Amino acid sequence: MISHPGLVLIAAAVLMAPLRGWPRAAVALLGSASSVFLSFQAGDGVHLTIEYLGMQLAPFAVDKLSRLFAIIFALMALGGALFALNQPRRLELPAAFLYAGAAIGATLAGDLVTLFVFWELMAVGSTLVLWSASTPRAGAASMRYLMVHLFGGMLLFAGVAGHVLESGSTAFTAMGIASLPEKLILAAFLVNAAAWPLSAWLPDAYPEASWSGMVFLSAFTTKTAVYALLRGFPGVELLVYAGLAMVFYGIIYALLENDMRRILAYSIVNQVGFMVTGIGIGSEMALNGAAAHAFTHILYKALLLMSAGSVLLVTGRRKCTDLGGLYRSMPFTTACGIVGALAISSFPLTSGFVSKSMISQAAADGHLPVVWMLLAAASAGVFLHAGIKFPWFVFFQKDSGLRPPEPPWNMRAAMALLAALCIGLGIFYEPLYRLLPYAGDYVPYTGWHVVAQLQLLLFSGLAFFVMLGWLRRTLTVTLDFDWFYRVLFPALFLAAGRVLAAALGAGGAAGARLGAMLESAVRRLHGPGGAFARTWRTGSMALGVMAMLLAFLLTYYLR
Amino acid sequence: MLEHLAALIVVVPLVAAPLIVLVRSRRFAWIATTAASYLSLLFSVQLFWRVATLGPVSYAIGSWAPPWGIEYRVDALSSFVLVAVSLTASFVAPYAQRSIAREVARDRQYLMYAMYCLCLSGLLGIAITGDAFNLFVFLEISSLASYVLVALGPRRQSLMAAYQYMLMGTVGATFYVIGVGLLYLMTGTLNLADMAQRLPGVPDVRPVLVALAFITVGIGLKLALFPLHQWLPNAYAYAPSMATAFLAATATKVSVYVLLRFYFGVFDPARLFEHLPTREVFVALSLAAMVAASLVAVFEQDVKRLFAYSSVAQIGYITLGIGVDNQASLTGSIVHLLNHGVTKGAIFLLLGGVALRAGAAAVRLETLAGLGRRMPLTALGLALAGLSLVGVPGTAGFITKWYLVVGALERGWWWVVAAILASSLIALAYVWRVLEAAYLRPPAASAARGEAPAPMLAAGMAMTALCVYFGFETSFSAGGAADAAALLLRGLR
Repeated sequence: MISHPGLVLIAAAVLMAPLRGWPRAAVALLGSASSVFLSFQAGDGVHLTIEYLGMQLAPFAVDKLSRLFAIIFALMALGGALFALNQPRRLELPAAFLYAGAAIGATLAGDLVTLFVFWELMAVGSTLVLWSASTPRAGAASMRYLMVHLFGGMLLFAGVAGHVLESGSTAFTAMGIASLPEKLILAAFLVNAAAWPLSAWLPDAYPEASWSGMVFLSAFTTKTAVYALLRGFPGVELLVYAGLAMVFYGIIYALLENDMRRILAYSIVNQVGFMVTGIGIGSEMALNGAAAHAFTHILYKALLLMSAGSVLLVTGRRKCTDLGGLYRSMPFTTACGIVGALAISSFPLTSGFVSKSMISQAAADGHLPVVWMLLAAASAGVFLHAGIKFPWFVFFQKDSGLRPPEPPWNMRAAMALLAALCIGLGIFYEPLYRLLPYAGDYVPYTGWHVVAQLQLLLFSGLAFFVMLGWLRRTLTVTLDFDWFYRVLFPALFLAAGRVLAAALGAGGAAGARLGAMLESAVRRLHGPGGAFARTWRTGSMALGVMAMLLAFLLTYYLR
Repeated sequence: MLEHLAALIVVVPLVAAPLIVLVRSRRFAWIATTAASYLSLLFSVQLFWRVATLGPVSYAIGSWAPPWGIEYRVDALSSFVLVAVSLTASFVAPYAQRSIAREVARDRQYLMYAMYCLCLSGLLGIAITGDAFNLFVFLEISSLASYVLVALGPRRQSLMAAYQYMLMGTVGATFYVIGVGLLYLMTGTLNLADMAQRLPGVPDVRPVLVALAFITVGIGLKLALFPLHQWLPNAYAYAPSMATAFLAATATKVSVYVLLRFYFGVFDPARLFEHLPTREVFVALSLAAMVAASLVAVFEQDVKRLFAYSSVAQIGYITLGIGVDNQASLTGSIVHLLNHGVTKGAIFLLLGGVALRAGAAAVRLETLAGLGRRMPLTALGLALAGLSLVGVPGTAGFITKWYLVVGALERGWWWVVAAILASSLIALAYVWRVLEAAYLRPPAASAARGEAPAPMLAAGMAMTALCVYFGFETSFSAGGAADAAALLLRGLR
């Protein structure tokens, strides 16, 4: 138990909560470094079994797949901690460690119950990270975020309980999607993966985090879902379509977006789409590709968000239209941002190339030409929105007149570490391949792969500058604070009204009317002064009691 | 002495009450109260342990053998309830001193302690007695004491709330005693176990059905079964802090125990659940409580009233388990007696501290503004206990939800599972409103800083810790509840 890399991070979170200054930095760095070490060291097999609610649980079970994710999560905690050392908000780093520890706990869970427990802990931890930005917008966003994730957690809860009852086993292994519990579990995983049509929570919430908070947020939730899908639903065809929908959703919205970190948030949805597609293809190479892509994506997306976070910290601005020309005074940050942008575009000699090409190759090998073509087209789209758009508008473009300094040393060190990993893994990819769940002899650097990818990037690069005038148009879609009250609740009531109208055999207009009636009824009954909320007169209470008694007597006598 | 434990557990607080009235010293009152509470915890833990190892304990009062004399009977269910009640008491008693000193007029403070001791004695008595009429006596002792506890509240509306509580409570007690009277008429005995044996031989079932209806509605009033909960929100909202915490954690729970005892130990459960629409009625009323009361809490501005409505919803969880009626769901019901007790106890204890620091009798959402900065520990405790209300894993509330969901799934009732989960989302909505006020709103310029006095804060935080503890270590809570549920399904034999 003491060697569980996730619990080490959670312990570090508790330990550092009351600390400040260098003791806090020491706990954070030592804790995450030892978590990295323990993740590498963890041997295969079940290391701990406990009994909980009459079930045998295996909260610490390791195999190649879970070790891979534990390593990258621990690495990310280390890199993120280094980056966030000068974050003055006291809650954020402990919350992020709780979050990262829960993510590792979920990947090392050998059973569904432990998975669920850490799943929910992750939701709490990530909400705290978001919340600790302590702006009103972040507060509202964290409410929406928590609602979505507890909804997903409830799907998982019902699914796990049903699955355990049905199969009589708590083990977390590959399953089908035949029964209702399995469908619920799949749905819960997809909610966390930000699958379309439930993708909106991610770009809605993450960009409201602090400049360091989003680095953490980008890494764990969606990738834990990728891990869970890899283990639970490999080769489920539905995932191919879900993944492709995410890929294009991410690209389209990112191209339209103006806020630099929202661009990157949409880009997370897009990248996770590649992984989900790979899981849906389901061949060993595709699963390897999805796992490897999760690993490399965490690194380069964190690098991109660190450069964006540095810009946000030193300029206080987040809109592309307010930025530009920063390369003059921030050459180091610019260089790191470009490395991340190259990696996300799968440029040869970067980490993105050695992982994403595996998924495309698997689609080709699996004789899925349409999927392969869509993935190729999407790769061009990635280069457009993340590879060029982000660095171009932030660091080059027009001169915004800003001359901010480089960020502090620890942030530069964190970026240098991740940039080195992004390039290092692109060149020396064998250590990564050895960590992958399946043995394979995939070779990324063949003439065909390199030439095809370079051509693709070249043409989409050309397209970007040709279409620059069009891209400069900005369109920002943001969800407001009262989104729930304005949109979701009326929508729910409308849906209920429609169902009711359909049951009564009435048309669509009647559905809308019934929905409105239902909504005002809830307000009237439950709102201030409503029948359920106000204090009844004593006589009415007594009358109610008599009515109850009569009702009971009648039902008993009639039976 | 050990063989008299069953009597002592009731007698100690019962004797403490008149002593407090005679001495009339505030300090003595508090010491006597605390001592009685701790002793009752000690006794009930010993009883629980004895029952777990040696089986049920039967104690004949005055050596009159049952079924003629009054029998005190402790089994897995009653010992579990005894521990739950006395555990709460042992947190409330040390808390009481500072809280009462602030909220109750000096010359009435000793009354508060005396009534609390009477109430405790009555609640423990209900859980321990095996006699239907003796149960009525203890029900009246605890109820009368709790009316006074509410009436001593610091707000103008306290008297009115206590008056309504008293009227409804009296109706409930009267209905109960009418039901017991009918049963006595038909069976000729007041001993519950004896009654159960004789009931199948009763030729005319109509009076038994009438008795069932009276007892269901009477006890339903006491346990705030929706829609008989009308007395509860105001009683909780306007009572002194320590009384709210104690009553919310124990009084309705002990009434649930009475219902369980009658449904499974006196009436024939097979008949009750197979031939009569008990299952449908309980599931329907519980779901209505879980949704309707939670929705009211979402709109409520008075924080104590908000959590009182949340209590009505949470009682819905408990009665839902009775309606689903299998091993897992009954385990969920019984464990929630304890889990909800510690959760709500923690919340109301902490809110008492907030009220004291704010210097106001009412805690409204605005009062909580900036609590995260002004009273960080209190705010943390409210957050953790709030998560337990929602049922997040790692908290006591999750354990309940797990058993209820498993119980509903065993029946194949997916729509009940959906309702449980939907109601926890509504719970998140109202808990969020509290947390949003505490952490995201800036404190008012005039708001006082600093935590509640140490004994009050410690009691609240200790109960919060229990919320988390019972989320992980369930051998006592869920284990004891599972034993009790198995006992219920065997007809309490």
